[in-house]
Amino acid sequence: MKKILLMLAHPRFEKSRANKALLTAVQDLPFVTVHDLYELYPDFNIDVSREQELLTQHQILIWQYPIYMYSPPAILKQWMDLVLELGWAHGPGGNNLEGKLLCNTITTGGSTESYGPKGFNNYRLEEFLRPLEQTARLCKMEWLPIFSIQGTYRHAPEHYSHYGNQYRRALHSLAEETIDLTHIRKHPSLNEWIASTERQAAL
Amino acid sequence: MIDGFLYQALVYITAAVICVPVARRLGMGSVLGYLIAGIVIGPSVFGFIGKEGQDIMHFAEFGVVMMLFLIGLEIDPAHFWKLRSRIFGLGGLQLCVTALFIGTGLYCVFGFSWQAALGAGLALSKSSTAIVMQTLKEKSLHTTRAGRSAFSVLLLQDMAVIPVLALLPFLAAQSGFFSGWEQAGLLIGAVFTVVVAGRYIIAPFLRLVAAAGLRELCVAGSLLIVIATAYLMKLCGLSPALGAFIAGVVLANSEFRHELESDIEPFKGLLLGLFFIAVGASINFSLIAEQPATILTLVAAVLAVKACILMVLGRLFKIPFDQNFIFTVTLSQVGEFAFVIFAFMGTLQLLPTAWIDIMMAVVALTMSTTPVLMLITERLILPRFGIRKIAEQKSDEIDVTNDVIIAGFSTFGSTVGRFLRANDIEATILDNNSEHVDLLRKMGFRVFYGDATRLDILNSAGASEAKILVIAIDDQTTSCKLSETARKHFPNLTVMSRANNNFDAFALMEHNVQNIYRECLDASIRLSVDALVLLGFRRYSATRAGQKFIAYDEAAVQKLSQHRNDQKQYILTTRQEIELQEQLLTNDREAIHNLNDHAWESDNGDEMEKRTD
Repeated sequence: MKKILLMLAHPRFEKSRANKALLTAVQDLPFVTVHDLYELYPDFNIDVSREQELLTQHQILIWQYPIYMYSPPAILKQWMDLVLELGWAHGPGGNNLEGKLLCNTITTGGSTESYGPKGFNNYRLEEFLRPLEQTARLCKMEWLPIFSIQGTYRHAPEHYSHYGNQYRRALHSLAEETIDLTHIRKHPSLNEWIASTERQAAL
Repeated sequence: MIDGFLYQALVYITAAVICVPVARRLGMGSVLGYLIAGIVIGPSVFGFIGKEGQDIMHFAEFGVVMMLFLIGLEIDPAHFWKLRSRIFGLGGLQLCVTALFIGTGLYCVFGFSWQAALGAGLALSKSSTAIVMQTLKEKSLHTTRAGRSAFSVLLLQDMAVIPVLALLPFLAAQSGFFSGWEQAGLLIGAVFTVVVAGRYIIAPFLRLVAAAGLRELCVAGSLLIVIATAYLMKLCGLSPALGAFIAGVVLANSEFRHELESDIEPFKGLLLGLFFIAVGASINFSLIAEQPATILTLVAAVLAVKACILMVLGRLFKIPFDQNFIFTVTLSQVGEFAFVIFAFMGTLQLLPTAWIDIMMAVVALTMSTTPVLMLITERLILPRFGIRKIAEQKSDEIDVTNDVIIAGFSTFGSTVGRFLRANDIEATILDNNSEHVDLLRKMGFRVFYGDATRLDILNSAGASEAKILVIAIDDQTTSCKLSETARKHFPNLTVMSRANNNFDAFALMEHNVQNIYRECLDASIRLSVDALVLLGFRRYSATRAGQKFIAYDEAAVQKLSQHRNDQKQYILTTRQEIELQEQLLTNDREAIHNLNDHAWESDNGDEMEKRTD
């Protein structure tokens, strides 16, 4: 099994429903290390060498956060600016993250339909993530489709447990030694990927 | 009767109100101011008061009684035990050696009987707690090595009054050994009574008084304790001051310690002032005029002997040179207890009245020399010594001026200095504790030794070119004085000041200091944030709540300060501290500062999204 570093960035986690449901579903997995950024660095004073040490110990990186104003919460940007150093994560000699998988787990209040050329938000969710995607490429990481819960306002509690189970299975599958990246990338999201794998297994 | 009283009160208070501020302005300290006021209104100069000076002195001795009660209150047995080597070693040696030398002198030169010589020697070996403590506090020297050593010596002297007063009846040959034993028995009995009463009567009595919840009743209760103890001692023919001292020690561990302190403090200050005026007024200048040679020789000899012995002992106890100088000078006078002992010796007829008068004059004269000697030490001797050190320092770093000046290098100041240095900012440091100065020089800091409120020292520290003045001094009065000096003479300096508590902050605000940092605030909020986390709060939310509270509290104190300015309260007591806390708590309840981070509260921060949904 590969090891997963799950970085949670939620400034008001105590009031969260979707993120709490997702985290509860996966935090007991033995190959997952939960790394709660706002809890660890309430003053944004990130310990760079400790973070880099953690990164080298894991093969898969997951950024889990709610979207505010079309971006991840501020601490994730702070983390990226400080930890992904030139000469360590990118640039000459910066090969420490080479080949690691990066997946974003995202919750939005707006529905899936609102994100797109016809929707209220004009762009697809993935398009808002371009800076993150390019950062992953710069650091020679493998960018994966996102896992998402959208339209969180309208979800009932049983929906969350459904998403939680899906998330747990997704992390399980990702951590297995043999995965086909090109196959995964054919799906618009990790949710779809897991759903289709299950449909095939059922057939 | 009432006319006489009003007239006297008018004379005394007028003299004090005029002389004390003038003396302080001239840098002489308040004790000398009171003494001069006394001399001026006394029979020798204007003669506003005549023989009744003696009566006033008896009345004002009560100030000494109260002071000893307060000193007793401050003696914490554990602290006392920690200081035992200094108290018994340094203090004990000082008392014995000085008494021996002076006694021998009196015996050989003036032909005293050996009993009288011993008694007078013991009396003259005492120093004045009132003068020394007041002087040290005014000059902020009480936390230095010299100040602490002086305090130890005074403590032993104050305690030694008990055995000395017990010893005197034995020495009085006429009264016979039997009554000597009687007296001693009486003394031990009285001390025992005070100790037992303190434990089993006074503390429950105070609880009863406090339960009544009347402020003035508590003050009356505190005064009653002091007066009752003094009266009991007087009845036994013993020193009331001594009784008060013991009562103080007994009550030091009770929960009423601070209450008693703040109740008695104003009375003590007033009566001590009166006492010093009375001492000034009772100096018999006609006597001095008759026998100037004898008296002046005695004054000079007593001062010289005391100073030499103190100097040698200071050396022996490894007090650094300049501190030793302060130690020696502050303790060189004869104390108020000498009046008591000489008066007692007079009643026991150990010494003829003529000699008692002379000795009283000698004691009063030595007391008035201290402020002058202190002034000379501070202005002429120490600067020379300090400047020599500065000159050495200057020679290897000419033209270096630092942007930051830190006044006071205690824990607070040193933390600031260390942090700045860690960020490659060198600071110039001002401190009046030579031990700090030595250490800092060794560590390569640029240090100036001396009183930071003095203009010449600030100038030589480069205050005219620096940008920031950090005031990290413990004493709030000194901080205010320094900020005032800086504002007047160095408008280029941004003053940043530490404040011990809210009251210090208020005082600094009144002096127009903009950047005030209350020591207690940040640490207590950090603790509270950690407490919230332990109770299950998210660390980020708790941290934000803490930061918000700090901002809120700064604003609240600022607001209260403006409100306070209207009232202009100068005497700060424990009670006012409680009132302030009450005000703050009421305001807290009105301003509900729960977090307003609603934007983050659901899994969507997009407000517009909510409206469309």
